[in-house]
Amino acid sequence: MADIVLDKVSKKFPDGTIAVRDVDLEIADGEFVILVGPSGCGKSTTLNMIAGLEDISSGELRIGGERVNDKAPRDRDIAMVFQSYALYPNMTVRENMAFPLQLAKLDKKTINQKVEEAAKVLELTPLLDRRPANLSGGQRQRVAMGRAIVRKPKAFLMDEPLSNLDAKLRVQMRTVVSRLQKRLGTTTVYVTHDQTEAMTLGDRVVIMRGGAVQQVGPPQELYDNPHNLFVAGFIGSPSMNFLPAAIEESRLRTALGDVPIGDRIRRELSRADAPRELILGIRPEHFEDAELIDEETRRRGIVFEAPVDIVESMGSDKYVYLTVEGERATAAELEELAADAGAADFTGVGSHLVTRLSAESTVTEGQNRRVWFNLEKIHLFNPADGRNLTLREGRAAGALAD
Amino acid sequence: MSERSERTIEPGADVAADGTDTRTGGRQAVVPAQRANRRKRAPLSENKRAERKLGWLLCAPAALVMVAVTGYPILYSLWLSLQRFDLRFPAEREFVGLDNYVTVLTNDFWWTAFGVTMLITVVTVAVELVLGMGLALVMHRTLVGRGIVRTAALIPYGIVTVVAAFSWRYAWTPGTGYLANLFSDGAPLTERASALAIIMLAEIWKTTPFMALLLMAGLALVPEDLLKAASTDGATAWQRFTKVMLPVMKPAILVALLFRTLDAFRVFDNIYVLTSGANETSSVSMIAYNNLIRGLNLGIGSTMSVLIFIAVAIIAFIFVKLFGTAAPGSDDGEGR
Ligand SMILES: Nc1ncnc2c1ncn2[C@@H]1O[C@H](COP(=O)(O)OP(=O)(O)O)[C@@H](O)[C@H]1O
Ligand SMILES: [Mg+2]
Repeated sequence: MADIVLDKVSKKFPDGTIAVRDVDLEIADGEFVILVGPSGCGKSTTLNMIAGLEDISSGELRIGGERVNDKAPRDRDIAMVFQSYALYPNMTVRENMAFPLQLAKLDKKTINQKVEEAAKVLELTPLLDRRPANLSGGQRQRVAMGRAIVRKPKAFLMDEPLSNLDAKLRVQMRTVVSRLQKRLGTTTVYVTHDQTEAMTLGDRVVIMRGGAVQQVGPPQELYDNPHNLFVAGFIGSPSMNFLPAAIEESRLRTALGDVPIGDRIRRELSRADAPRELILGIRPEHFEDAELIDEETRRRGIVFEAPVDIVESMGSDKYVYLTVEGERATAAELEELAADAGAADFTGVGSHLVTRLSAESTVTEGQNRRVWFNLEKIHLFNPADGRNLTLREGRAAGALAD
Repeated sequence: MSERSERTIEPGADVAADGTDTRTGGRQAVVPAQRANRRKRAPLSENKRAERKLGWLLCAPAALVMVAVTGYPILYSLWLSLQRFDLRFPAEREFVGLDNYVTVLTNDFWWTAFGVTMLITVVTVAVELVLGMGLALVMHRTLVGRGIVRTAALIPYGIVTVVAAFSWRYAWTPGTGYLANLFSDGAPLTERASALAIIMLAEIWKTTPFMALLLMAGLALVPEDLLKAASTDGATAWQRFTKVMLPVMKPAILVALLFRTLDAFRVFDNIYVLTSGANETSSVSMIAYNNLIRGLNLGIGSTMSVLIFIAVAIIAFIFVKLFGTAAPGSDDGEGR
């Protein structure tokens, strides 16, 4: 077991593509870190550099305090799990799992014992003499995990290990991975393009875009205090709603009515290079049916009226889609999020507002409804660089902060 | 067998289609084996069966033409092989049953030629496999100028065998040939051992690219992730090659070996040009030719042709049996 440190690590491919730029990351011993981002953002390349499967163009990589830039994969003592499972088709499950141990020249008895042990943990014992072709996807992925854990390596690297599984199995396997990592306490770097996986699995999440790290932190932290538009839009399902907000002296004019702003934001906006328009972001759960809130709460936000398009009752609460007039928010980040297949359910810039209201709400489709939203929870972004203007010392403070 | 190995058979079938009777015999033997393998699988759905039927219907015209064109000569030479029939003495033609076979199979010339043929087959195919694998790896790994490298490697295969054989012959002719002057002071083509070595050299030089091409198709079937996994599992480059690449490529290797073995067993052009079979360098095809065309002994010549046909069929049969037993149940590939 060991910590992994990436120090200004970059990757430039021979064809000139810069896949990863200046990534700084410190992964503590035993930590479970998720690399997440849309496809093509450099996650696999980063992982391959940690594994030694790709050369590092510049920067330094340390595993357990030791610089390993020039070490071959076999000398780094890491194990990797692939989306394609990458099981050796000519070997049985037992032989697949024994393979790394044989290469390490352990004696037969130890190998057998370790394989049996790993098989037990992953419930693979009855399958030991089968070949990969005769296993289901979930079983294959468990074998791949088994092959990784038998060696007790310094770290596990997993590249979208669950992406080839169907949705139900993916949820099951998620808990398998999570339990396994906790049980073994091995440093793990896990790559995924699925934000749900990222939110549910890791101790810390690293969000990447175009080869660069956008934000690093525990899932809740990223959810509550996104540093920029990209992180805000990527994390959360359904995603945050984004609306254009025109600046007018001490308020913002939006499709949801005028939003007052506090001193801090105003100071930001008085700077010379200040944008002329902002993007307002608000998550679905920060809306509520205006009928259901008390006076005290009402004062912390504002109420608007909008036609109700669709009501989806989830039992515990209701997803209500409201039609909003006016232009859509535009920014490079939002377009990228909308274009990425991994965020197909990106609803942030549609002509609808996605809101999550209490189950008690009597809202029905087709009516006009008065809906409240919480001003303390909104985020304001600069459309030019995507920066979140409502952050104070890394925490989101809403529009009214001073 | 899977789509995978069918795909690897295809390029071979295309490239090697200079179709002779014996070749066709070998190729037909491959097809039933594939079906036999499939039959062991789960029962087919209605849809699949209809698709299969359409497949056979689409193949039928070609298959019929092939049977008509190859079936007749085969049957006719079988018929000839059962007769005493020497065009120099046409009057003595008569049906003699298996007498011709007894004559040939108890004849030392035949067995010498058979030994020479086996030697050439085993040595050339083995050397070609090793060299071809090396060449395939180089071509597979080359990132820049891939097309040029492949074209260059294929040049020997593109040259007509007889032309190439003549250039070898001149090169080894004492006095005028550069190779003869470099490496020997005698006449290498007139001594049995050196003549056989030169024949094999010419064969290997010419067909290694073909082997490489077939093997490269096999290399393309090894998923990149599998090699990455082996790397992180602690395998050296050599271990990755022997423990991961070779087993995964096995079906492709077997197909390549089958094609080359069948081809090598029928070696003719190089011997014809280089030594004309002098000094006991004849292959079986060579002495069949000598008896049939030169000697005009249709009976004995046809008997030899039939024996060659049978030998080739046995080789094909052994290989196909090998496929049947060796193909692991791993055909629906990893890392798709
Ligand atoms: N061998 C390569 N040569 C050139 N560009 C590459 C190579 N491998 C990946 N890339 C590029 O690097 C970027 C990052 O790729 P990758 O790390 O695989 O993304 P991800 O895993 O996040 O989907 C992509 O734009 C991809 O096209
Ligand atoms: Mg990837």
